[in-house]
Amino acid sequence: MDIYFDNSATTQINKEVLEEMMPYLTDIYGNPSSIYSLGRRAKKGIDLARKRIASSLNCNINEIFFTNSGTESDNWAIKGVALANKKRGRHIITTSIEHHAVLNTCKYLETEGFEVTYLPVKKNGVVDIDSLKKEIREDTVLISVMYANNEIGTIQPIKEIAKITHEKGIYFHTDAVQAVGNIEIDLKDLDVDLLTYSGHKINGPKGIGVLYIKQGTKITNLLHGGEQEKGKRAGTENVPGIIGIGKATELATEGIKQKAIYLENLRDKCINGIMENIPDTILNGDPVNRLPGNINVCFKYIEGESILLMLDQLGIAASSGSACTSASLEPSHVLLAIGLPHEIAHGSLRLSFSKENNEKEIEYLLTVLPNIVENLRRMSPLK
Amino acid sequence: MEEYSKKLMDHFMNPRNVGEIKDADGIGEVGNPRCGDIMRIYIKVKENRITNIKFLTFGCGAAVATSSMVTELVKGKTLEEALKVTNQEVADSLDGLPPIKMHCSNLAEQALKAAIEDYRKKHTKQ
Repeated sequence: MDIYFDNSATTQINKEVLEEMMPYLTDIYGNPSSIYSLGRRAKKGIDLARKRIASSLNCNINEIFFTNSGTESDNWAIKGVALANKKRGRHIITTSIEHHAVLNTCKYLETEGFEVTYLPVKKNGVVDIDSLKKEIREDTVLISVMYANNEIGTIQPIKEIAKITHEKGIYFHTDAVQAVGNIEIDLKDLDVDLLTYSGHKINGPKGIGVLYIKQGTKITNLLHGGEQEKGKRAGTENVPGIIGIGKATELATEGIKQKAIYLENLRDKCINGIMENIPDTILNGDPVNRLPGNINVCFKYIEGESILLMLDQLGIAASSGSACTSASLEPSHVLLAIGLPHEIAHGSLRLSFSKENNEKEIEYLLTVLPNIVENLRRMSPLK
Repeated sequence: MEEYSKKLMDHFMNPRNVGEIKDADGIGEVGNPRCGDIMRIYIKVKENRITNIKFLTFGCGAAVATSSMVTELVKGKTLEEALKVTNQEVADSLDGLPPIKMHCSNLAEQALKAAIEDYRKKHTKQ
């Protein structure tokens, strides 16, 4: 059996998306900046993609910019706003549970004379609004808070934070890589200044990202060169990727409420099954206020990579915040930030579902997982 | 991620000599839970030879497999022979380890040494 429970890492490309991309990978190879028909056709494709995204997320077409990844969008949003507004101030606020694309960009800016405050989060992973308010200073120019956490799935009160930041005249960026396609997003209502997401998390292609930049936002370029993207992001456009993310965004935001209900049902069935059948297990994040398809649990006394390897032997793909899945010896910064001790954080398992998953797959997981945990615990000196 | 060898996966999925020895002559434990690796090795020694050896490990696939392999390598050996087993030998016997996992074979070697040291401490006449 092949079961894919790692949709927060990446997703399978949707067939409709691929079909729309194919002509742009083959026949319509013209450069969108060229004057002749082949170039104009490519340009038209880009225009259509931008239109689809603007209408899916409710914003203006001139507010959508294409990048090569979520990471590039995060880098651009943070460095671009920080540099463009450094005369006003050099203070940035973010959270301790951001993706590394945000955290390491902030760390880089610290080496360039910026000050960064990393907000703590509550035990359920939600940012403490009171401490956010307290940390705002005269020289704060940017606040960046992720919409939904990639590991524990916690959803942040983005609209409320946007309101607070705007009362103080501060720019607000949200990394919505995990949110788009899972949570309904209306940019006019949400009122953030910048929003990041990427194609491959929503059944689109890899190598393409979007940065929404609200009109009037003061931001410098990250990439300098040609006049692509209204002179804001140089480099010949990744036309097939842009077509792909355009279609993927349209599909991902259609029927989002029903999709969320379907995923929540799978998720809760799986959480209940795990918590009932495996003792000494901790559910990380918030039981309710979490991404519809996200589960993150820690099994005490055992280590995450071992769990993943055993699941893989049975055809199940999942992920872990264990240090052993990375080059460092530190477990997930997110699990540490919600207050878990190191040895427990090492034993985490993340399952992330998509609408392609079904109850039968969950049932299969629930028949094999208790044995895996028990076998590993039998081997553990911690028990 | 870099793939584990078939041999390593075999030692991970079917680890040899898992468990405790209640009346062990020597016990060695290395690693710490912060780093996500703990190995504990129990040995039974008779006439200077390791007659029985078992382990308990908290850790990744490589940590479990190196523990299993080191117990296989030294079972039946004299203490002096066992002390000559190096981390490289443990890794080679598993058909290699990904570079970031080499510290696991260090741990296996150290846990064995700690168990032998513990035995010698307890059994040296003052």
